Amino acid sequence: MIRFTHVGLRYGKSPGTESVALDDIDFEIPEGGFRWLTGPSGAGKTSLLKLMYLALHPSEGRIDLFGTPTSRLDRRGIALLRRRIGVVYQDFRLLQHLTAFDNVALPLRLARRKEAQVRADVTELLRWVGLSGRLDHRPDEMSGGEQQRVAIARAVIAKPSLLVADEPTGNLDDDQAERLMHLIRSLNRLGTTVIVATHNLGLVARHPAPMIELQDGRMTWHG
Amino acid sequence: MARRRHASRADRIGLRAAMADRLLPFVVAAMSFLAALALAGSIAAGTLATHWLSGAQGLMTIEVGSPSAPAIAGNTSRADAVLRQMKAMPGFSDARRLSDAELSDVLKPWLGSAASGNNLPIALPAVIVVHAETGSVDAATLAKTLDKTAPGTLVDSGSRWAGRIAELTDSIRASAAAVLVIVALVAASVVAVAVRAGLAQRREAIEIIHGLGALDSDIANQFAGRAMRLAGLGGLIGGLAAPPVLAWVGHLAAGLMIAPSSATGAHSPIMALPPVLVATPLIFTIAAAVIGWIAAQVTVRGWLRQLT
Ligand SMILES: Nc1ncnc2c1ncn2[C@@H]1O[C@H](COP(=O)(O)OP(=O)(O)O)[C@@H](O)[C@H]1O
Ligand SMILES: [Mg+2]
Repeated sequence: MIRFTHVGLRYGKSPGTESVALDDIDFEIPEGGFRWLTGPSGAGKTSLLKLMYLALHPSEGRIDLFGTPTSRLDRRGIALLRRRIGVVYQDFRLLQHLTAFDNVALPLRLARRKEAQVRADVTELLRWVGLSGRLDHRPDEMSGGEQQRVAIARAVIAKPSLLVADEPTGNLDDDQAERLMHLIRSLNRLGTTVIVATHNLGLVARHPAPMIELQDGRMTWHG
Repeated sequence: MARRRHASRADRIGLRAAMADRLLPFVVAAMSFLAALALAGSIAAGTLATHWLSGAQGLMTIEVGSPSAPAIAGNTSRADAVLRQMKAMPGFSDARRLSDAELSDVLKPWLGSAASGNNLPIALPAVIVVHAETGSVDAATLAKTLDKTAPGTLVDSGSRWAGRIAELTDSIRASAAAVLVIVALVAASVVAVAVRAGLAQRREAIEIIHGLGALDSDIANQFAGRAMRLAGLGGLIGGLAAPPVLAWVGHLAAGLMIAPSSATGAHSPIMALPPVLVATPLIFTIAAAVIGWIAAQVTVRGWLRQLT
């Protein structure tokens, strides 16, 4: 279960320069739930997701992930919690000097899985997302759509409890976007809690699900 | 396209190639070499001092100028008169005049080969060494007594310069310790700089790996492992280069042994060096590796603090 309780976020440290990015954000996503996160550019979608995947700490309020208040965690606890969260970044964030295989293998290697198991799981997942022929290619040798699928594969390879995707269809054509949504929905059906930020309302309409809507850092709709 | 090798087991998180470190082993080798010199200097000084002091204990040196000139009383030369007086004096034993050959040996380090044979460039005093038993008169009193036989005779007691040698040894040891500390700090700084360059070069990759849930130790160990190997290699190179040079320095230092050993027959302190020299490569490899590992751990963990 994911719970935000009156969460606020300010950027900038000194009182004169700080700006409020999020104000009084309050919602709950049950285990295995799916949420759209919508709102115009600059509404605070990325900021909210960063709080959720522990890249930022809230200025106010509290965040509970899987029943743990995040403010109680030390560095190690935060790192271990991050391993239970799969993130698809807007800009992929693949390691440029590693192959597709090694990029996807990273979460498993961090978790110190056996190399034989890593090999089997990564090969299987890359085949599933249609990249069997790209195992040994580096990101700069792949198309945007292919990189996107590598990023997705890396996000889900360790079977995370929570999948966070920030405008994952932004670089994809409609056909690729549909296939991605199909992949995400199947993971969700297997029990992963999912939140997807998008401003593509057509996509939302084709995949109806509860929605959190942001406007200028405030929630304008939840449900 | 050729099949690319996947990241190896040791390079689990793909940071292996991330250090700007080609020069690291050589800088550490130079540092190790300096450390070896300082260490050997300190050990040699200690050995030398012990050796000299044991020889000097209770030993007095009497210098009689114009040895062949007649003494004040009796029908003998000044040197013979003093020698006879010392042989008869209670509290002293083993009075012996150094032969010309022994004298020129003593003087060789200062005068060179010109000191050999009878063609000495300067008029030498007679040198008489005598063993003073405990409780016998001190050097000043003895000089006063001998002055009546042969005016201008000088008496040098071992204990007078023993203090100075001890002081000198202490200061050599302190300097060596300071050199070791400085060398260790410089080596640590060199590692820190290389690690920082590597961190800057791989900043984005590290942020991503951190975001995937890597522990600080996962990332620090990648850098520390490499820093340890490279610094260890440097320590090995420096450690291997040092012994031949030290042996040569030790050989030169052996020249300084002649004076006391001609009186006591003790062996040269070069004998005390070899075990240390043999262990030098091992000791410096381990020390440099440990310094590299610690410096990298501290640097990486400090740097990671800026990531949430
Ligand atoms: N690192 C930052 N420092 C300062 N302001 C930021 C930073 N990141 C985002 N903002 C501001 O916070 C607001 C929300 O941004 P963001 O969360 O990226 O919105 P969205 O993802 O919905 O486009 C914007 O006004 C943006 O300018
Ligand atoms: Mg955004």
